[in-house]
Amino acid sequence: MNRSQLAAPELAAVEISGISRGAFIMRGAVAAGAVYGAGAVSPFVRQALAQEGGGDAEILNFALTLEYLEATYYERALKQVKGLSADTKKLATEIRDNEMAHVEGLMVAIKDLGGTPVKAPKVDFAGAYASEKSFLKLAVTLEDTGVSAYNGAAPGIESKDILAAAGGIVQVEARHAALVRLARGQTPSPEAFDRALEAEQVLEAVKPFVKS
Amino acid sequence: MAEQHESALAEVRDDAASRKRFLKMIGGTGAAGALGILLAACGGDDEKDSGSGAASGTTSTATQKAETDNKGDIEIVNYALTLEYLEADFYQQAIDSGQIKDKAVGELATRIGANEQAHVEALIAAVKSLGGTPATKPMTKFEEVIAGGPDMILKTAATVENLGAAAYLGQAGRIQSKEILAAALSIHSVEARHAAALNSLVGRGFKGDAKLEGSIPDGPVAVPMSMDEVLKEVQPFIAS
Repeated sequence: MNRSQLAAPELAAVEISGISRGAFIMRGAVAAGAVYGAGAVSPFVRQALAQEGGGDAEILNFALTLEYLEATYYERALKQVKGLSADTKKLATEIRDNEMAHVEGLMVAIKDLGGTPVKAPKVDFAGAYASEKSFLKLAVTLEDTGVSAYNGAAPGIESKDILAAAGGIVQVEARHAALVRLARGQTPSPEAFDRALEAEQVLEAVKPFVKS
Repeated sequence: MAEQHESALAEVRDDAASRKRFLKMIGGTGAAGALGILLAACGGDDEKDSGSGAASGTTSTATQKAETDNKGDIEIVNYALTLEYLEADFYQQAIDSGQIKDKAVGELATRIGANEQAHVEALIAAVKSLGGTPATKPMTKFEEVIAGGPDMILKTAATVENLGAAAYLGQAGRIQSKEILAAALSIHSVEARHAAALNSLVGRGFKGDAKLEGSIPDGPVAVPMSMDEVLKEVQPFIAS
């Protein structure tokens, strides 16, 4: 999969600053490599994986970072986007509540596994809050990317319980994706099979919004 | 939602492309047997869910060996295939009936139906890749629902999609092969998209008034359903 196949290729150009790449690069990428063939895993990722121990806690920390990003996106949008329609406000509130529940659930699960939950990244979505239209547009990108991130990481999860939980979350991310797509007048299921993104690809897609 | 629907041509193209990607994911049609053999050679000895006959003697061909070793996954994929057959047939009948007059709704139903048909084809390939025999298409009973008109058709579709999403989720932890798991996940989230869109379209809230209703019916974390629970729910739509 190359850069042009990313959920949001236009987002993949900004330089990363501050976030620990190690936290992102984990077994999910190994799973993606197994699925797509070893050639799909870059030397950089292989090297990072050799250094990181991997494990379910790291996969969940990767998921937690995305959920922080999403929860914050909706939370701020509800305060900052002017003239949101009643329907959009209702949807954004529901999604925000879901994402916050995901954050809390993932933190508990990471601690249960003996890991340390990552801190919320500092994020900046300013440009997306100009209008309802721009808000919904980025919401679609974030939700579609979230679905692909979980789908890519899940086969690398060792614990059946954690896999079940991740499955329960990705299903809700997919529902969000469909609902924000409908709100934009887009088809809710653009493809018959949702893509699985490697951790590194997800990182590329979201890094324009991460400040530190 | 009338605007921005991709053209029918783009839809076919996209579906074909994603089907190809799916086939690649599960090892490709050409490499299908080889994948099964490889999996068998890697020694999957933990098909605890398999019922009778799993250990019925050593077989002489690699395909038969693959079938034995992959028994649990074959059963799961055939179960998914049966559900997808049911869904694909339902949308086909609904569209053919001419009951859906609204153009945007018709386009959505057509697109979802095309997704289900793509799932059917991919799952057939997946069963074969595991060395199994694909389940046959069930005889369906949707006459009453379709005669009930567009509202009843869409509400039934919305409920069935919630069922489908819960069904896939219920199997995720039981799948042995990482390739099959990845493939099932890539379908699971599409079923969830269908479910959310249709439930929203028929005016159900995030949480519906009844079981299997609502666009986000279980709240932040979706609840799985077992094979038995799902088969009980679809029984009214299966004629044989």
